[in-house]
Amino acid sequence: MKPAPFAYHAPTSLAAAVDLLALSENAKILAGGQSLVPMMNFRLAMPDHLIDLNPVTELDRLEVKADSIEIGAMTRQRRMEFSAELRQACPIIGEAMQHIGHRQTRNRGTIGGSLAHADPSAELPTVVMALDGVIHIQGPRGARAVPMAEFALGFMTTALEPDEIMSGITLPRWQGPHGYAFVEFARRLGDFAVAAAAVMIALDGKDTVTRAAIALAGVGPVQTRLTAVEQALLGHRLEPALIDSAAALAAEGEANEDIHASADYRRHLAQVLTARGLATAARRAQARMKGSA
Amino acid sequence: MTAPSTVALTVNDRAYEKPVDPRTTLADFLRQELGLTGTHVGCEHGACGACTVLLDGQSVRACLMFAVQASGHAVTTVEGLAHPDGSLSPLQAAFREHHGLQCGFCTPGMLMTLTELLRDNPTATEAEVRDTLSGNLCRCTGYAGIVAAALDVLARLAPDVKGR
Repeated sequence: MKPAPFAYHAPTSLAAAVDLLALSENAKILAGGQSLVPMMNFRLAMPDHLIDLNPVTELDRLEVKADSIEIGAMTRQRRMEFSAELRQACPIIGEAMQHIGHRQTRNRGTIGGSLAHADPSAELPTVVMALDGVIHIQGPRGARAVPMAEFALGFMTTALEPDEIMSGITLPRWQGPHGYAFVEFARRLGDFAVAAAAVMIALDGKDTVTRAAIALAGVGPVQTRLTAVEQALLGHRLEPALIDSAAALAAEGEANEDIHASADYRRHLAQVLTARGLATAARRAQARMKGSA
Repeated sequence: MTAPSTVALTVNDRAYEKPVDPRTTLADFLRQELGLTGTHVGCEHGACGACTVLLDGQSVRACLMFAVQASGHAVTTVEGLAHPDGSLSPLQAAFREHHGLQCGFCTPGMLMTLTELLRDNPTATEAEVRDTLSGNLCRCTGYAGIVAAALDVLARLAPDVKGR
């Protein structure tokens, strides 16, 4: 047995889980376990209480509505990967999903677990940030909702208070023709991203950018929106020269340095992946416009 | 502090009920409590895939869940693949035929992963087989025989699929 001893709790409702969390010192919430259990096996995490949300079936839900997508925190990545409805409504999620670990970990991993763990290289927080997602939180003081931009605070740090539990995510849907792309560089399929970019873009009939959202993973201590790149694109015709000049701004931010890549290399990847993502997203947006014309 | 819990589950269609320390991983439970040592334990942090079993038919890392979490669920291990008379499953037989076993350490996880894939996607392409196998590490660097075994089984499934 590798993990340190803990008391195991298996509540069957979110309300019971919130009550248990309030009563427990040094407690951890267990979702899919694909990040927490490795940390426990390494004894990097040694909770005295483990509150398992897997029996809380109310948190496993996936609803595609006309203007938004509602996903319960315990919805497994597998369900999102194989949902035809989700693929149709928001294909960038499925494209990002192919980079998340492996089938055997996606079968168990959850969206809430990925967002709460807040690994800077994780794919789902990147997509949720690009889509202006809203995080729903339940705690002893009631429910609150936090935009993803304010939820992701820093390296593996979120706006969740120690006594709060994430209940779900709302993703507003982009209306009208638009394009998307999720591009990643990793050492091996399924490995942690050295860097990745999520790109959403809308064009008018003259290829002028009417809306753009770009989020980057793996470069800074937390997922970031590339607002400078977005601003440089808005109102301009999306030509190769514009993509190049806008993507160059992606290389101007702060970058981590570690055993896998230098800061310079990460900044270079930020630029290259942003440019590739923009080109793919623009091509898809143009195809959608032709399809709907 | 760690009140003993009980786990009641079926493994390879046989029901078990046992007290278990909550921190026992499913992999350790299968090996040490049930004596099913076919499930191999490699990295114990979800990277290598040697411990892969089917939980309600879906491939999962047995080192990344606790035995108590399997209560009420059905687990299939590599011991559950062969027919009751001991004859090998088509996938196991293909592994032997194509020398997909090699040193054998990763084999149980490979078999469980491919069992799920061949069941869910009988028209899988070689690219899909390789993509799915990326979650199982083979240190003999010998994916060639393993992929060949999977493709062989897929080719034999093909007439059925076309007939549907």
